[in-house]
Amino acid sequence: MIGIVNYGAGNIFSLTAALERLGLEYGMVNTEGDLEKYSHIIIPGVGHAGAAMKKLNQTGLVQAIKALTKPVLGICVGMQLITEHSEEGDAALLDIVPVKTKKFGKSLNIKIPHMGWNQVTPENNLLFEGIGDNAQFYFVHSYFIEYNPIFDIASADYGLKFSAAVQKDNFYGVQFHPEKSGKAGEQILKNFSNLSL
Amino acid sequence: MLSKRIIPCLDVKDGRTVKGVNFVDLRDAGDPVELAAQYAQQGADELVFLDITATHERRKTMIEMVKAVARQLNIPFTIGGGITEIADAEALLNAGADKISINSAAVRNPKLIEELAKAFGVQFVVLAVDTKHVDGKNMVHLNGGRLITELETENWIKQAEDLGAGEILLTSMDHDGTKAGFDCGLLHKVNQMINIPIIASGGAGSMEHFTEVFQKANVDAALAASVFHYGEILIPDLKQELKRNHIPVRI
Repeated sequence: MIGIVNYGAGNIFSLTAALERLGLEYGMVNTEGDLEKYSHIIIPGVGHAGAAMKKLNQTGLVQAIKALTKPVLGICVGMQLITEHSEEGDAALLDIVPVKTKKFGKSLNIKIPHMGWNQVTPENNLLFEGIGDNAQFYFVHSYFIEYNPIFDIASADYGLKFSAAVQKDNFYGVQFHPEKSGKAGEQILKNFSNLSL
Repeated sequence: MLSKRIIPCLDVKDGRTVKGVNFVDLRDAGDPVELAAQYAQQGADELVFLDITATHERRKTMIEMVKAVARQLNIPFTIGGGITEIADAEALLNAGADKISINSAAVRNPKLIEELAKAFGVQFVVLAVDTKHVDGKNMVHLNGGRLITELETENWIKQAEDLGAGEILLTSMDHDGTKAGFDCGLLHKVNQMINIPIIASGGAGSMEHFTEVFQKANVDAALAASVFHYGEILIPDLKQELKRNHIPVRI
């Protein structure tokens, strides 16, 4: 059963709706004790990474989340939270995956936010099992996670190459919104729920 | 590479979709949930629901519809129509809408754009602009093109971007309903001025028109209603046609 960290950063209706469509059971994580109840943990998140980190700090769950050994999936800003630092609000983050979250520069000659369906190139990773090489996912973000081949499990291009998904041990993150990415996105959620570590 | 988006637009009244829709295997053409799911399955990249309800019950009915759509739909969708304050937007966000589109309320109170962007992020705020050519200028119109404003379209869009609009939905009232093609000239001009995505609307009649608007105006997305609803253009065919013309799409 999936536990969703409930820390008030963004709306989770679409995420829970997707889990329901897939027949995946879920509940909310409000306290440290709740983390024990679930086999898998999702950290959702929309909006400002610095503000989201502040909210997460207020829950008092930070140390317990960092100590988790079960599969954890950060989505969008939730993915950014597991990195070391974000240029958004110059915020120190969970520092689980030692990479940085940076702002898309205007000099890249791209529109910001990066919004829409973009092609993702996955590495051989269980999270992307059954996902084709040309699969596209739905992105909405103005900050990106720097590409680092050690932690990257799927990359995408938007003005530059960035990490669309990362992994370190039991911690996974996806920059796109699997709950809004059609069948490919649903497959990611299914794959995550099947991970066992 | 980021794909160009194809967006069917659905008019909604009292929680039901209106305008003739003739998908053969649709049980209830007025059911927004079923229709939305059908479009998603065909490969629509996103949907826009435009609420044309005029009654006091509108908000409650709309929230119920948005929730029902969000439960079933696995692609993003935008809700427009009748959003005049933060509370309207927040209720829609909590019901599962990915974006909201504002039009006349923003013209009357441009600060609304700023407030919405601050509260929910720029990605949540789509500014819809209805434009018409008048005496050599492009002028912003309200009430479906019936009411002219003092705003010049290009200036208004630039101002809205500065205030925090995350996307522009530009409808040419001169082209809307003509099925003679999008207003590529104006779309190109506006697209050059801004650094946020722009959705072309008004005038789609054939697949060539979509190719044309992506090639000539390089817009980020193209929206249409009747050509999709009446089955004149099927989204899978359209995507193939765009791909043949080297336009990046999601298939």
